[in-house]
Amino acid sequence: MALEKTSRRSFLKGVLAASGAVAATVAPQQACARDTLQRPPEGLGLLYDATLCVGCQACVAACKQANDNPAEFNAMDKLWDTPLDTSGHTFNLIKMYRNGTMEQKDSELNGFSFMKTSCMHCADPSCVSACPVSAMLKDPVTGVVGYDPDACIGCRYCVAACPFGIPKYQYDSPTGKIGKCELCRHRHDEGHYSACAEVCPTGATLFGRTEDLLAEAKRRLALKPGDWARMPRGRLPAQNETPEQAAKWKGLLDQSYEAQVGNYLQHVYGEKEYGGTQVLKLSAVNFQKAGMPDLPPKSSAATSETIQHSLYGGLIMPIAVLAGLTWVAKRNVVADDEPAKGGKS
Amino acid sequence: MSAHPHASSANLAAPVGGKLFNTATFICGILIAMMVAILIVRFIFGLGAVTNLNDGYPWGIWVVVDVIIGSAFACGGFSVAMLVYIFNKGEYHPMVRPALLASLFGYTLAGVGVIFDLGRYWNFWHILWPTYANPNSVMFEVALCISCYIIVMWIEFSPVFMEKWGMKVQKKKLEKVLFFFIALGTLLPMMHQSSLGTLLVVMGSQVNPLWQTPIVPLLYLLSAITIGYGVVLFESCVASSAYRRTIEMHLLQPMAKIMLGMLAVFIVVRTVDLLVRGALGHAFTPSLEAFYFWLETGFFLLPFLLVGSAEARRNPARLFLAGCSIMLAGVFLRVNGFLIGYDTGPGWNYFPSIAEMLVTIGMFAIEVLGYIIITRRFPVLPREEAQSAH
Repeated sequence: MALEKTSRRSFLKGVLAASGAVAATVAPQQACARDTLQRPPEGLGLLYDATLCVGCQACVAACKQANDNPAEFNAMDKLWDTPLDTSGHTFNLIKMYRNGTMEQKDSELNGFSFMKTSCMHCADPSCVSACPVSAMLKDPVTGVVGYDPDACIGCRYCVAACPFGIPKYQYDSPTGKIGKCELCRHRHDEGHYSACAEVCPTGATLFGRTEDLLAEAKRRLALKPGDWARMPRGRLPAQNETPEQAAKWKGLLDQSYEAQVGNYLQHVYGEKEYGGTQVLKLSAVNFQKAGMPDLPPKSSAATSETIQHSLYGGLIMPIAVLAGLTWVAKRNVVADDEPAKGGKS
Repeated sequence: MSAHPHASSANLAAPVGGKLFNTATFICGILIAMMVAILIVRFIFGLGAVTNLNDGYPWGIWVVVDVIIGSAFACGGFSVAMLVYIFNKGEYHPMVRPALLASLFGYTLAGVGVIFDLGRYWNFWHILWPTYANPNSVMFEVALCISCYIIVMWIEFSPVFMEKWGMKVQKKKLEKVLFFFIALGTLLPMMHQSSLGTLLVVMGSQVNPLWQTPIVPLLYLLSAITIGYGVVLFESCVASSAYRRTIEMHLLQPMAKIMLGMLAVFIVVRTVDLLVRGALGHAFTPSLEAFYFWLETGFFLLPFLLVGSAEARRNPARLFLAGCSIMLAGVFLRVNGFLIGYDTGPGWNYFPSIAEMLVTIGMFAIEVLGYIIITRRFPVLPREEAQSAH
């Protein structure tokens, strides 16, 4: 009887300890909630305007050159670089939306449109949150999401995590790296901004501070479709930019020209998606139809890190659970030659 | 490991003995040789040369099966040790060693298997090096935790080698502090088995709502514990049949009941979560995802039909099938979350290549071979004479 009682009591203790452990391991706490991160104020980015894009792919070629990437052949004759999607060797691509007879540009019905595919430089990037070895890092000032191949272990969690499908791995190499747009940050010191924006003949891809690009996007949305308006090309100067600041960048300051205002959807893609991205997009065709995912304002990195930090913040919970488990285990584990305690034989 | 008040392991466990070279070990050897050949190609020419991995499915079976499912299958040691040392169910003590051995292999190989999949494997040590650490990363927590657990398990299992090699003094010293490693060995799997599920969270809406939930860590933890008992049922039956030993029915019957209890908790949590999030509708749309959801759910429910009654639990075949069913359920929960329900947009497909499958099979062959060698030569399985006393 005595034995029965004791073991039942310690069994119940075990149940208590273990259910406490399970509850403690899994119950998320409000105190550790991690909000969706916001764009840094000086963050750099691009504005892509699908209605201005003519699909010439000059940006694709310039990107290849700026990043020393090889051509990828998908056509019968291996004459032209013909990537079908971004890859470990293609960081930027203009994709096409097609419908019916494809007569009308920027029309969802019987029309076509273009869409730039490259890193969005999220305010709260999933890839940065996912990377176990800090090989993906977001610059605190420019907000550029950069990649360090010397730190990377090649686990491809960033590839799996990104909702835009941007980080890509080089499966064709025994020492493959992750390939993605880094906004040409390696050229910034020489005064060069993103190659795609530098070469874009129509200003469909514009480089600048995201805050300025957002204001420019909203200016365009307020214009009357079909009217003629001035559209900047290359780099959009920052608001109240001093000549010294402007001198940092090469190229003509004002390359603007008169263009017809597109029939925009009243949506700046990237303003709010996942807490905002530093690359913004305008389009006349539904963004989901053009290949951009429909994302909530809350980033999945925030959800994931809230769970992680609730459970492991300061290692408080694991240590508390370990203390409980150690206490119970010490009572239940008895060495071979030690007399068993508590009336057990 | 230390003796329990109800049963002294030193007196109960004994090597099975017999030849090491037989049909089973020969087949394992061939499978392992094929794996090595494929891995040589992989390391010379890259992942693309042998796998069907692509940027839409950057994780294939080497991650999902070898690591995520492999480590869940290796939860027998954790589940049984928790039963014995935390819930003080000493009668299950004879099952600790065999279960721990299988876990040891499962986890060690999962740790080694990761290297094959890492695209920049020579940087592997970064994950344990403080200057590279990213505490926000779920993967970081998983990797650190699994690495620690592998070490802890080798310590937990080391008394087996000490017994064999007559290291009495060392064994005695270790046994004085073993309770701490047992506690650690219970905490660590709780941490990483839940986090293996949390890996899905950052993937956001790319994962079907049937498997994307903020409580995914709880689901993975509960299912891992349940799978732990299922694996013990499976292994006990297979080991008994292969070594022509008596099946430990007096232990497997109540263990099956405990498994059903855990399973019931899992099913309640899973159902409530699907209802609260309003995700159940996805299970009723005609889609591949819905089909696999019901397949998974079917395997989770099947054990209640197989071993729901006390009479059914007296049938070893039913216990074996219940173990298989729960293992398959765990396979589908994980494959569905990471592959079937993972959708990165149109145009992306993945089905493992023959070479990928051969590597995964080769990894399991190492486990089987190691289990055979160690149980035949070291005191792991309960001594047969002792069994007849019950």
